[in-house]
Amino acid sequence: MLKKSAALVTLGDAGIHRSGRWLVRGVTFAIDAGEIVTLIGPNGSGKSTTAKMALGILPPDEGSVLRRPGLKVSYVPQKLAVDWTMPLTVSRFMRLTGEVGKGEAEAAMASTGVVQLANAEVRNLSGGEFQRVMLARAIARKPDLLVLDEPVQGVDFSGEVALYDLIRRIRDEIHCGILLISHDLHVVMAATDRVICLNGHVCCSGTPTKVASSPEYKALFGARAASTLAVYEHHHDHTHLADGRVEHSDGTITDHCHPEDGHHHEDHHHDGHSHGGRRDA
Amino acid sequence: MLDDFFTRAIIAGIGVALVAGPLGCFIVWRRLAYFGDTLSHAALLGVALAFLFEVNITLAVFCVSACVSIALLLLQKRATLSADALLGLLAHSALALGLVVLAFMTWVRMDLMGFLFGDILAVSKTDIAVIWLGGALVLAVLAAIWRPLFAATVNRELAEAEGMNPDRANIVFMLLMAAVIAISMKIVGVLLITAMLIIPAAAARRFASGPEQMAILAAVIGAVAVVGGLFGSLEWDTPAGPSIVVAALGLFSLSLLPAISRNAQTSDGPAKIADNRGKGNRP
Repeated sequence: MLKKSAALVTLGDAGIHRSGRWLVRGVTFAIDAGEIVTLIGPNGSGKSTTAKMALGILPPDEGSVLRRPGLKVSYVPQKLAVDWTMPLTVSRFMRLTGEVGKGEAEAAMASTGVVQLANAEVRNLSGGEFQRVMLARAIARKPDLLVLDEPVQGVDFSGEVALYDLIRRIRDEIHCGILLISHDLHVVMAATDRVICLNGHVCCSGTPTKVASSPEYKALFGARAASTLAVYEHHHDHTHLADGRVEHSDGTITDHCHPEDGHHHEDHHHDGHSHGGRRDA
Repeated sequence: MLDDFFTRAIIAGIGVALVAGPLGCFIVWRRLAYFGDTLSHAALLGVALAFLFEVNITLAVFCVSACVSIALLLLQKRATLSADALLGLLAHSALALGLVVLAFMTWVRMDLMGFLFGDILAVSKTDIAVIWLGGALVLAVLAAIWRPLFAATVNRELAEAEGMNPDRANIVFMLLMAAVIAISMKIVGVLLITAMLIIPAAAARRFASGPEQMAILAAVIGAVAVVGGLFGSLEWDTPAGPSIVVAALGLFSLSLLPAISRNAQTSDGPAKIADNRGKGNRP
């Protein structure tokens, strides 16, 4: 299917400000049709917030977010609790925000391996099953833009690899743009066109091959063996202080960090100082 | 045996039940029971203002309930109190204000008990017209916003992201609630409206396998409760409004009986198998 060449969604220096501090700031990127963009970063780094800006759930407090007019979006949120008082079967859940043909719904459920759960009540599903059901629902809508917030949580490892394969296949089949949020770069890597590392702002971004060939990336995955969280502990050139200000490697302190303030280095190139103080998100 | 006033009462009561059932499902799903209480308590203020300004009671009650809904929305956005504290504040302030305003109007002789507990046996043909026309309008609007409202009930952000405009659906839903309270106040009274919203929906939950089915079942169960309650009230000379609620409670209790709920569960056999697969800890 051919789509217009314009980007599906474009964020320009966008930020969200809540109760006196910036949750995320200076985010600039665009997603094109047929492209998979992955957001990675530690807890509280603004991954979900950024995704919600892209989706239009949170209007940006600064900067701009432009969505292509008539954009059809599918969203798989990080958390979705179905109240036990709600009688909701999987097949009804598939039609939650719009009519979906029976054949399409079944095909989507088959692709995520939940077709046998069609008549099950959503509240009785296990975490992994529900995650697959949510993904199936998102696919069945045949969206232009698919936003997946940690789509493999609760899914076992072999299922995880299969789901990422599936995500790539979806992109190839319906040629949609995909915004993926993950804390597990390792598995996502093969399916991603572009990686954006967030930590309250865009720390670094680039193609996975570029990232993978960099010494920082190797250091990152070498350190991964020591701790599962090691993926986040690649070196940054500045520290976020408790009050939201930023201390840079040369000792200067600024209110926030923007790429143009001169303290940042090119792209995903990091050096020196480790990330000392994390923000209390 | 069926006196004219009794037929009118049944027709009016069924009309209210048909509207209260589907809306009550959303009250149950969204855990808004206290919200229903708040709106109905505010209704008494509406009654008082209607006497004060000599306007139509149903209209005044709708306006006051709608104002309370909007006030709640605004307060939730900026105030630091939790939602239940805000609801309690609004509910009892409105109730107290209503009683105070009524006390000031010494020239008004009104039956307070009638507003608190309803006076279904006194419904006029005009009341029936208001209930059925208003109710049909409420149901039509509910049907129109059903998908966005239900999607927003499952997950607001998901609905918003996928272009469902949940905020608009929520505001329309609050106005529908205000309308239902205005038209049903005369039937069961301010204190028992929430029961008509919640109990049929709760009873329907056991037998429903989908949201739409639950809404229809709630309407039917409510209608059965109205008929049962009214005949009971005629038989044993009990107050009509409370008798209807007691009948609804009886139906709810029936739905809890193991034999009935087992039947309900075997009727959707494949779902049960899948349930067990999902949960793995059912006998």
